[in-house]
Amino acid sequence: MHEFALAEGVAVTAVQAARKEGLQRITRLTVGIGELQQIERELFTGALREVMPAIHPQLAGVELELIVRPARLRCRACGQPFDLQAGNSELTEDQAEAIHFVPELAHTYLRCPACGSPDFEVMEGRGVWLEEIEGA
Amino acid sequence: MNNLDPRPGVIDRRLDAVERLVAVSGGKGGIGKSVVSAGLALVLARQGLRVGLLDLDLTGPCGHLILGIDTSFPEESFGLIPPLAHGIRFMSISCFTGAEAAPLRGADVSNAIIELLTIVQWGRLDYLIIDMPPGLGDALLDAVRLLRRSEFLIVSTASRVVVQTVQRTLRLLDMVQVPVAGIVENMQRDGYAADPDIRALARDRGLPFWGSLPFDACLEPAVGDPEALACTAFAQALGKMVRSHLLAARD
Ligand SMILES: Nc1ncnc2c1ncn2[C@@H]1O[C@H](COP(=O)(O)OP(=O)(O)O)[C@@H](O)[C@H]1O
Ligand SMILES: [Mg+2]
Ligand SMILES: [Zn+2]
Repeated sequence: MHEFALAEGVAVTAVQAARKEGLQRITRLTVGIGELQQIERELFTGALREVMPAIHPQLAGVELELIVRPARLRCRACGQPFDLQAGNSELTEDQAEAIHFVPELAHTYLRCPACGSPDFEVMEGRGVWLEEIEGA
Repeated sequence: MNNLDPRPGVIDRRLDAVERLVAVSGGKGGIGKSVVSAGLALVLARQGLRVGLLDLDLTGPCGHLILGIDTSFPEESFGLIPPLAHGIRFMSISCFTGAEAAPLRGADVSNAIIELLTIVQWGRLDYLIIDMPPGLGDALLDAVRLLRRSEFLIVSTASRVVVQTVQRTLRLLDMVQVPVAGIVENMQRDGYAADPDIRALARDRGLPFWGSLPFDACLEPAVGDPEALACTAFAQALGKMVRSHLLAARD
């Protein structure tokens, strides 16, 4: 499962950010999961739970909220906004897997539903990010 | 709080057990960066060293072609494990796209590079060779920013059309204080001495000039066949340079 590598990034970054904000302990993390990368929420929660205490004991009991954010795409060629459902009608399993590993490969396998261009912008919902850190 | 990118924070960890990172660049396209990168990886692997090759040319990857490596999804284990081929740990965007086109703008190139650096587990390596795309854009700036311990090997050919861009690359690396391991002349024509302009680039900066690699008509037929590749005059010359400039300090 390659999600562990990303989960480790979330844990390391949370510890760094907490230090920067002067938090003595972290109580809650909000993690955004972009729809484009198709990471399963349950699976990523499990990965975070497993990885976090190994990165810092402080992260052991932290409350986790994972929010899946829809992918919003917009064609640069014709201006058409679209979502993943409209852009990925015929993705094979391997193509979906490639995007799962490297979301930019959406430009290889997805097309603007209006004009067919691969030149679109991922406005929101790309990969994984840290939205909020709560602590004291 | 603004959204935080969780990826850059772990990139150093992915390279923890890599002793030296050598990025092969030169700014210009078609000067032999990819064959030098692949040749370097091959020569080092044949010396019994643990070597990785990272093809960072996302729009024109070709390391897999030069070395005859099948492109397929890497194994997953706490990230992606670069497949071992001919003694080389290999990673390229072509592992995901095969021969398909990846039309990427600058920000996408940067994002994809950061993603790869985050999820690829290189393990213990003596050398990680990084085949850079042409240009002084996102890939070069990301290599400098994220591969903090990297040193550059600069390739040039004896053409004024190339040398000035090579010089620009050296100026940029100087500006960002990234070390240059050496400068190589590639595609040297039969009967010519080492190009004075390239030698001057090295001399003026106090950088080691590694020497000249011959233009080798046997290179193209050997593409895709590492055994044949290793026997070319090109690879032999590269092997000599590696022994006297890269490995000398090890022994
Ligand atoms: N020394 C050489 N002798 C013969 N052909 C060479 C030599 N160096 C490079 N080439 C050929 O030149 C072309 C461009 O090389 P490549 O490594 O792809 O350049 P770059 O990566 O700088 O764009 C390839 O077809 C390669 O096989
Ligand atoms: Mg190349
Ligand atoms: Zn369009």
